[in-house]
Amino acid sequence: MLRVAILLAGVTLFLSPARAQDFDALLPGLAGGFAQQAETVERLGALGDPRAIPLLQALADARLLRLADGRIAPQEGATPAEGATVIRINNRVRVALRGALGRLQLVSPDPAERLRAADAILRNRSAEDIPLLEAALTRESRADIRARMELALGGARLASPDAAAKRAGIAALGASASPEARNLLLAARAANAELLPEIEAAVAAIDRRLQMRRAAETFFQGLSLGSVLLLAALGLAVTFGVMGVINMAHGEFVMIGAYVTVVVQEVCRDIPALQPYSLPLAIPAAFLVTAAIGAAMERGLIRHLYGRPLETLLLTFGVGMVLQQIVRLVFGAQNREVISPDWMMGTLILPGGIAITQNRAWIILFSIAVLLATLAAIRLTRFGLEMRAVVQNRRIAATMGIRTGRVDAMTFAFGSGIAGLAGVALSQIDNVSPNLGTGYIIDSFMVVVFGGVGSLAGTLIGAFTLGLVSKVLEPYAGVVLAKVFLLVGIMLFIQRRPKGLFALKGRAADQ
Amino acid sequence: MNTRRLILLGFVAVLALLPLLNLLPEEHPLHVSDFLVSIIGKWICYAILALALDLAWGYAGILSLGHGAFFALGGYAIGMHLMRLIGPRGVYGHPVLPDFMVFLGYTELPWYWLGFDWFIFAFAMALIVPGLLAGIVGYLAFRSRITGVYLSIITQALTYALMLAFFRNDMGFGGNNGFTDFKELLGMPLNSGHTRAILFYASLASLVAVFLACGALTRTKYGRVLTAIRDAESRVRFLGYDTTRHKLFVFVLSAMIAGLAGALYVPQVGIINPGEFSPGNSIEAVVWVAFGGRGTLVGAVLGAFSVNALKTWLTSVAPDLWLIVLGCLFIAVPLLLPKGLIGLIRRRGETKP
Repeated sequence: MLRVAILLAGVTLFLSPARAQDFDALLPGLAGGFAQQAETVERLGALGDPRAIPLLQALADARLLRLADGRIAPQEGATPAEGATVIRINNRVRVALRGALGRLQLVSPDPAERLRAADAILRNRSAEDIPLLEAALTRESRADIRARMELALGGARLASPDAAAKRAGIAALGASASPEARNLLLAARAANAELLPEIEAAVAAIDRRLQMRRAAETFFQGLSLGSVLLLAALGLAVTFGVMGVINMAHGEFVMIGAYVTVVVQEVCRDIPALQPYSLPLAIPAAFLVTAAIGAAMERGLIRHLYGRPLETLLLTFGVGMVLQQIVRLVFGAQNREVISPDWMMGTLILPGGIAITQNRAWIILFSIAVLLATLAAIRLTRFGLEMRAVVQNRRIAATMGIRTGRVDAMTFAFGSGIAGLAGVALSQIDNVSPNLGTGYIIDSFMVVVFGGVGSLAGTLIGAFTLGLVSKVLEPYAGVVLAKVFLLVGIMLFIQRRPKGLFALKGRAADQ
Repeated sequence: MNTRRLILLGFVAVLALLPLLNLLPEEHPLHVSDFLVSIIGKWICYAILALALDLAWGYAGILSLGHGAFFALGGYAIGMHLMRLIGPRGVYGHPVLPDFMVFLGYTELPWYWLGFDWFIFAFAMALIVPGLLAGIVGYLAFRSRITGVYLSIITQALTYALMLAFFRNDMGFGGNNGFTDFKELLGMPLNSGHTRAILFYASLASLVAVFLACGALTRTKYGRVLTAIRDAESRVRFLGYDTTRHKLFVFVLSAMIAGLAGALYVPQVGIINPGEFSPGNSIEAVVWVAFGGRGTLVGAVLGAFSVNALKTWLTSVAPDLWLIVLGCLFIAVPLLLPKGLIGLIRRRGETKP
């Protein structure tokens, strides 16, 4: 009862009292002859009073009753009330009902219904809908429904016989950036030969805007791919770029980072207090687990092969195979589900209608944060200082009291830990399966080679360049050919600059 | 030295006997099953691939992680010939087009399929296409002095890119499914025991020929320079040798041998698909050579046979363990067996009085 009262209050604010009276006066017509019924339905539709919606809906469903006292009301319950008769309708009334309901739903309190109504008007546009839409627009607050209604209004104006209204419609449609508005304008070309220049100009304006939006979206996709490449390649830039150890198991470290995320999520599921923090908790967990594996691998295996890069390559490839197979045996070969937290879900609509998925936006930020943290660790910490010293001159560093073996292990662990962080990020956008890492390893080597071995700035530029170029190429060449082109491009680039974009200069370059 | 030759001759003789023993009646105690003959036939092709890889890696220091691509390209070239020979016997019964082209709506044969109805042309292509690809990649890489692990990664990316490309339907190479359902080769039905024996002998003869040719090549002055490049490339360059040309030649030759191996392989297994391009296949070939002993031709052949025997046995006994064992081979060989099985055997020989 209260809801009805609020509804009525809202309606009376919007409708003039005269109209409200019209509504009551019209109602008995619904029970009249078929011709009167059809006319009443049309007039109720034109009136724009949402109170008519349940009545008309009931009439369409053959549930509208004429009660014993002559009032009209929808049937409640399975059978009609005593003394009441069901009001019958014919096909003509049904047609009128469909149109009237469509218009009335524009002012319905339910947003989904309003959107549906705007769509219905858009489908069969007529000039009669113009005042309705204008009235509905004055009280519509939801941006997406407004956009839909404006589109429908433009279409309706375009369909009106009045040239001024048509011009207004063309201008309104031309100011949007929707492909549907473009289609409406194109469809109207044949019927409006005299307005052709205006229509063409409006279509061109839409095309320009659509193109800009596409460019912006491609740019974002490129940034997103670049951030993923950056995350995958950063660890490699440390182990391969700084230490010169080629680690073919790097992709498997990324994969293990993703599986740590899965495990942390499952542990947190049992502890309700921790549940919302499973992803933030997974970040240090993944770093520590992969760093530990990396340290063990460096001390146990790789250490014995320094100076023999090809053997190191084979050995690390073997480690990768073993890790991948162990994960497959423990967790199964099928994909594991990772649930993204709420604040990462959904799509962000930027001004201009550019759609951005939130989780990818977060990953871009995360990759930059990891890059800055890596830079800080190398530039500002004691460990970073020792690491640089060992890279520059191992023997002198040793004479200065730096335990080079320990620094080697820690550097390798650090690079492996960054791979684990990449795994946490990738678990949010990719399938978590034992072969997660294989798809990224070649790309990340390309990033490191392209950017210049041993340069974090090169890795940053390299990752985003490769990400952007491949997303720009993809619409023209397809995913596969874009990859092939990129590969050929890098090979040709290496012809010009064999040491990558940011080559080390001076003495360090010869080592 | 003579005992070594005798062992090799004995090995070849035993292999040569297998198809003959296969022709014995089944209840005969010396009968060899079809399965064994076909699998040894496959291993012989793998051994040729191992020789190709050893020539590049063991002798010239070029570790290619993309030799599977050259192998697969050779296989595809012969596969195209075999597809053309199916003729109107396909499921759709089209007189010219293979089934998958009819299915994909091709109306005529793409230009790059022309000529593949001649065996000689297809066989030549099985060598030329891998050679050409290796020539282009090698020229670009060696010219800008891309060596060591960089070259390895580039060759791996190459085979990865080719795999993605061949998975595409519109490449005109059968996409996902590749080529299969072959009927005949040079007028011989492929499913008969005689054809199998002939293919087996062709592979064995190729293996022996490649082995002898590689052996001869490595003993020439050119071969010595190659080994020198492997050990100290800059020094050889400063001595006035054109190392780029030396490496390019051996890389192209190696790719052509790999193509030959692929061409012999496909008629025997009866199928070729883009999976053959997968980087894992190439890297498995590397482990054959590393395990057997790189830098020795016998080691490459020994490695191909022993690792594949292990694989066949393990994948039937404990399929889950195979990848772990393979991974452990990769780990153990550089650490414990840097010279491979051959190194182990030779060291034993030296310590004995």
